[in-house]
Amino acid sequence: MSTDSRELSGAQIVCESLLREGVDVVFGLPGGAILPLYGVLGQYPLRHILVRHEQGAAHAADGYSRATGKVGVAFATSGPGATNLITGLATAMMDSSAVVAITGQVGRAAIGRDAFQETDITGATLPVTKHNYLVMHAGDLERTIKEAFHIARTGRPGPVLIDIPKDVFQEMATYTGNAEMDLPGYNPPGEADTGDIDAAVELIDQSERPVILAGHGVLISHASEELREFAERAEIPVITSLLGISGIATDHPLHVGMPGMHGVAYASIALDEADLIIAAGARFDDRITGDTKRFALQSKKIHMDVDPAEIDKNVKADVALIGDLKMVLGQLVPALKKNRHTEWLRRIEHLKAEHPSLSIRETDELLGQHVVKAIADATGGGTHIVTGVGQHQMWAAQFSTFDKPNRFHTSGGLGTMGFEVPAAMGVQVGVPDEVVWSIAGDGGFQMTMAELATLKENNIPVKYAILNNNQLGMITQWQDFVYNKDFYANAYTGNPDFVKLAEAFGIKGLRATSQDELESVIKEAMAHDGPVVIDFQISQEANVYPMIPAGESISELIEEPV
Amino acid sequence: MSMNGSSPGKGANGLSKRTVIALVQDQPGVLARVAGLFRRRGFNIASLAVGRSEREGMSRMTFEVEGDPEIVSHVARQLDKLIEVVEVQDVTEWDIVWREMALIKVSATAETRGEIMQLTEIFRATIVDVGAEAIGIEVTGDPDKIDSMITLLRPFGLREVMRTGRVAMPRASLEVGGKDGHNVRDKDAKFWVPNSPDSPGEKRTGSV
Repeated sequence: MSTDSRELSGAQIVCESLLREGVDVVFGLPGGAILPLYGVLGQYPLRHILVRHEQGAAHAADGYSRATGKVGVAFATSGPGATNLITGLATAMMDSSAVVAITGQVGRAAIGRDAFQETDITGATLPVTKHNYLVMHAGDLERTIKEAFHIARTGRPGPVLIDIPKDVFQEMATYTGNAEMDLPGYNPPGEADTGDIDAAVELIDQSERPVILAGHGVLISHASEELREFAERAEIPVITSLLGISGIATDHPLHVGMPGMHGVAYASIALDEADLIIAAGARFDDRITGDTKRFALQSKKIHMDVDPAEIDKNVKADVALIGDLKMVLGQLVPALKKNRHTEWLRRIEHLKAEHPSLSIRETDELLGQHVVKAIADATGGGTHIVTGVGQHQMWAAQFSTFDKPNRFHTSGGLGTMGFEVPAAMGVQVGVPDEVVWSIAGDGGFQMTMAELATLKENNIPVKYAILNNNQLGMITQWQDFVYNKDFYANAYTGNPDFVKLAEAFGIKGLRATSQDELESVIKEAMAHDGPVVIDFQISQEANVYPMIPAGESISELIEEPV
Repeated sequence: MSMNGSSPGKGANGLSKRTVIALVQDQPGVLARVAGLFRRRGFNIASLAVGRSEREGMSRMTFEVEGDPEIVSHVARQLDKLIEVVEVQDVTEWDIVWREMALIKVSATAETRGEIMQLTEIFRATIVDVGAEAIGIEVTGDPDKIDSMITLLRPFGLREVMRTGRVAMPRASLEVGGKDGHNVRDKDAKFWVPNSPDSPGEKRTGSV
């Protein structure tokens, strides 16, 4: 036992352990079962941000983690508090975000008796957490919290939930300050097997039409620099998945863009025409592959992933490099021969000219694309962009520009409407000196806009750009394209006045209804020291192009009619 | 009737069955995690047997999983991702010993008792319980043998059948320092060759 050893309550052990893990901010909302923890929280140098809904706490912790690379922490009480976290945990799980959620549970004697505000939250969150714990003894808290943070942030990161009964918070136990983890089954890989590296080098050196498909792993592993070296050394064009955006600078000559369902056509075609796809921390999501039986049939695949279970899951790999991407690229790049793929790059330039996916149609109306482009032009490539899911997300993915890594934060895997409000809050708390814009849909914004009160209380200066078309735009688009124009439940005919709404929260509200107003409104928002909500009233007559319908392939590509 | 076959059997739906062994931390909820994983990834478990292992705080699970080797390889990798799972092996192609035990309660009258006892003897099973109208039998072996015994007992009136599911263990190596489960039958020589260079169960590039 170290000299640090002392008798503390479970609640104190939680706080001490959080400090030891380097936690400085927690997003949460108290309730009966977690009150013993809140009873001591004020005595510790932990900033607590009181949210309006626990889903907001989970998304904020997720956003904080994505922006900082640290573990985001959320607190909630038992029962409804805990179940309200679930969407946030599932979002973090799908996008490999490091979150630790601590929930209160009813007292040990009441567990299993359907007590007031009791939910089996470890049972309920089994499929949406990387791991979870129900801690039945205060003496186990220190080790459990240490394990939880280790699991959340290492390997393929993910959310970990720790459920703590009310009386465990109150129980006394010894806090040692150096608990040992007991995780014999958890050994995240580091470097890749050297034989596999050799096999990959051979494939890359011989390839004539290689592409890199860069995913979230590049950003999680802080491997942007290694990715750039890799691409430049062997002159390989870089395609980014939705979550891989900002993994390479938008203006880099080898940057191609996002492929897939709403990706730029030339990226999708390049993937199809390639003879080698090198997936770097990307998981061949169905939004990229469409029908896997018809996906990229001409190419061999090298799949780099820290998670062995991703190999061959969706697309069969010819060579798998299992390890931490930064280390794997560190092994791979020096072994590659310097190479040129002039003809292949020329082909891609030709595709870009033939398929101008990023040209915006001539119109006097205000389009979502105009707004995203104007924000990108006005703020520069270092701005953090946070989105929910839908048309606004796809326009943000297509038209945002980045010159620094890890600046695009979106609910990619789960596709969570409403992510954009609290996640942007968490991003801004994580990077207080950087500019954070949330590009929101009017639908998603209304799902989580209660957090505007949290933003006001804490003066968190996120700029919210609502791309307001008074409808669920992507639903409208699918009903238009796929469901025979049978429009139903797609229109919001009674949206609030978002400017007045912002003002009701004590937040600056702005509005733009035409292209001419964009620049001045964005400038005004940037100049304001505090949160801003801008109601961009955009045209309803707008679809996201290109589009490859779900489950189809590149041959079903739909481009914007000219 | 094979007592130690090492070829995969077939499930009721014609899918081949593979045998996976996992070493897991003996903690509350670990079975729920494993079962939940199978359910949500759409994998079918034909049988599952769990019990304490030789290591303190660890249990061994034997699964029979339906599906082709590729699917089972996914199962194994997903299982291995569970924090409490320490080790997973698809031992289907390995040289393994496998056993299943069943308790069978069958109706028995004064007239049929003798015949049932004879069957019991043929199957090297044991009578573990005798009542006024029924007999309890314990039978151990591979699942085919148990299936056969149940089929032959059915006409007498099956009252209750309880099966453990298969447990499997790689065979000890025949060579000093060899790897367990890797004795390979040499077809021409008709004897077991330990650790043949092309023995099955070796790691494929990049897999777990």
